[in-house]
Amino acid sequence: MNSLKIDNLQASIGDKSILRGLSLEIPKGEVHAIMGPNGSGKSTLAKVLSGHPDYEVSGGTATLDDDSLLGLEPDEISRLGLFLAFQYPMEVPGVSIANFIRAALNARLKEGEKIKAVEYYKDLYAHMDDLGMDRKFTSRSLNDGFSGGEKKRCEILQMSMLSPKYAILDETDSGLDIDALRVVSDGVNRMRNPERGILVITHYQRLLDYIVPDYVHVMSEGKIVRTGGKELALELEDRGYDWIKQEAVAS
Amino acid sequence: MISPSQLDVDRDKGDFHYDTDYSFDAGIGLSEDVVRYISEVKKEEPWMLDFRLKALSTFEKKPMPTHWATDDLKNINFDVIRYYLAKGQQPSRTWDEVPDDIKNTFERLGIPEQERKFLAGVEAQFDSEAAYSNMKEDLAKEGVIFVGSTEGLKEHPEIFRKWFGKVIPTSDNKFSALNSAVFSGGSFIYIPPGVKLAQPLQAYFRINAENFGQFERTLIIADEGSEVMYMEGCTAPKFETSTLHSAVVELVALKGAKIQYVTVQNWSNNVFNLVTKRAIAEEEAEVRWIDCNIGSRLTMKYPGVILKGRKARGEVVSIALANDGQHQDTGAKMVHAADETTSNVVSKSISIGDGRSSYRGLVQMPGHLKGCKNNTECDALLINNKSQTDTYPAITVQGDANSVQHEASVSKVSAEQIFYMKQRGLSEAEAMSLCVNGFVNDLIREFPMEYSVELKRLIDLEMEGSVG
Ligand SMILES: Nc1ncnc2c1ncn2[C@@H]1O[C@H](COP(=O)(O)OP(=O)(O)O)[C@@H](O)[C@H]1O
Ligand SMILES: [Mg+2]
Repeated sequence: MNSLKIDNLQASIGDKSILRGLSLEIPKGEVHAIMGPNGSGKSTLAKVLSGHPDYEVSGGTATLDDDSLLGLEPDEISRLGLFLAFQYPMEVPGVSIANFIRAALNARLKEGEKIKAVEYYKDLYAHMDDLGMDRKFTSRSLNDGFSGGEKKRCEILQMSMLSPKYAILDETDSGLDIDALRVVSDGVNRMRNPERGILVITHYQRLLDYIVPDYVHVMSEGKIVRTGGKELALELEDRGYDWIKQEAVAS
Repeated sequence: MISPSQLDVDRDKGDFHYDTDYSFDAGIGLSEDVVRYISEVKKEEPWMLDFRLKALSTFEKKPMPTHWATDDLKNINFDVIRYYLAKGQQPSRTWDEVPDDIKNTFERLGIPEQERKFLAGVEAQFDSEAAYSNMKEDLAKEGVIFVGSTEGLKEHPEIFRKWFGKVIPTSDNKFSALNSAVFSGGSFIYIPPGVKLAQPLQAYFRINAENFGQFERTLIIADEGSEVMYMEGCTAPKFETSTLHSAVVELVALKGAKIQYVTVQNWSNNVFNLVTKRAIAEEEAEVRWIDCNIGSRLTMKYPGVILKGRKARGEVVSIALANDGQHQDTGAKMVHAADETTSNVVSKSISIGDGRSSYRGLVQMPGHLKGCKNNTECDALLINNKSQTDTYPAITVQGDANSVQHEASVSKVSAEQIFYMKQRGLSEAEAMSLCVNGFVNDLIREFPMEYSVELKRLIDLEMEGSVG
């Protein structure tokens, strides 16, 4: 179906179990937010869905539209249409942003097709302008020596250039000042459309003032323990995470 | 200038061989008889036979250099190698005259096309001897000589003998001694004073036979004020048993001459590639070694320049790529022997899987010299944590009127970096290729255009191979 659907997902690293039966469905056209205390497994969820080799999936399913994601290589998952904006984007010295994005776009083309350089740069510059990125960035090595905010903008740039069916943004707000937060949020909001599902992972409700979600989920100890509308985020802001945890234990 | 083309030293494309009837075969194993046989079929003068026999005894006396080099050298079995295999003694001058099996080989590797496209001359060596050798006519008129070593010795003894073995003495190392005993093939080049070649000369070395040792001997003399670029490419099919390639290359750049020597080797994984390369640069002369080492089981190669005349310049630019099961032991030697000489070494190595790269650099600057400069930069890239790199710089500088700079760096491509790149849709091979190309990009620009295209393609192929 037209959704990113996760059902009873269980995953571990070494002998540490992190995801403990997590279920969640993000239909195209919706923006969902996951909030939760540090260490609850939010980044793990993002990486498991992306096919990170360190995690072992011991149960459950994850499908993108009708394709199962589990067991696929990260690049296959990416080409199926799942994009992950990393909480900690890697620095890749020697590989320029322009070459990297171009290679990523090329990887989506059929044998024999090629990207036209002129159009590519036109497109790239337009997206950079939207994100307030200096054009000098195209020739800089990917994330190499970037500030926290620059890295996050670069993630959004990649996302908008690759135009995925589903995007997961892992703590894209962390380390951003208010101006950068606005620019990055605008970038994400421009990508909201009926053909795309977005999952925003955040620790703070602040981001959700800028990217207003359709649903908010609370994650604790590897599970979604509560789901609500945008007001749930405000409630969490007021009351902290402890009451959720207690409720979860009680039930 | 030079138009883009490809050298085509793709290892997979080169992985074929033709059954060939050799008219000249020195048999298996090394002995005085083998050396005599080689000298005899070449109809050499007594001094050369003498030279070879002395070299054989030097070879036999010298120990394997395993006190500093890898123990893998002990796995070379000199008794099972074939030292001389040739179809004929005279290289063909026209492509049509080349025997069919050999012609097929080089046609599959694209040799005649390249010659038409952008080369001033080509020599194609098949096992022990040049099968084809041709140079543009106008160059011959200007007095340029570009022939195989056998022909060089026969037709131009006065130049040949003057320089042969003078840059690299027989006893330099065990493998230079071996080469001196059994050498055949290789190029002999002489560029007359003031002649500047606008297009490169190219040699192509092809091993076709199993258990074979290729021992080419190249001697290039650039007379005063002349300029030449020489390029060599090498391939061999994948055999089960090991193959030995042990060349000696001597360059002489007389006053104000410029030599650029470009190598792109892409040996299959069973080749021991043990090569001695050295140049003499006279006053204001310039020698550049541009070297790319891909493939082989073990490569040991340290191109050197003896900076003999005032203001001579030497340079080594090298890229080495050690994939699984390979060891690239490479480096440079710069011997400053006159005032105001300068040398520059830029080396980049990539180690993948359990591949290993070593850098060995030697810079000598005696204290009585003034105004000498050396700059050495060696950078290593490790892709995945099993790989190894080591550097052994040996720098001897005496006196304080000279300057030496040495920089070294090691960087890694981690599994997390690869994951990040794969998350954007790149395959593992593409991700690694991007990293490697990014790492060597500035050096690739130093290669002639047609080689840099080829190099990028080779790196991509190598990455594809490494992720299986
Ligand atoms: N590579 C790893 N090795 C061991 N433990 C890990 C690893 N990655 C995450 N964890 C553990 O899994 C739990 C969830 O981490 P994470 O998914 O990063 O949480 P969140 O993003 O919600 O803060 C934490 O207890 C963390 O320490
Ligand atoms: Mg996290």
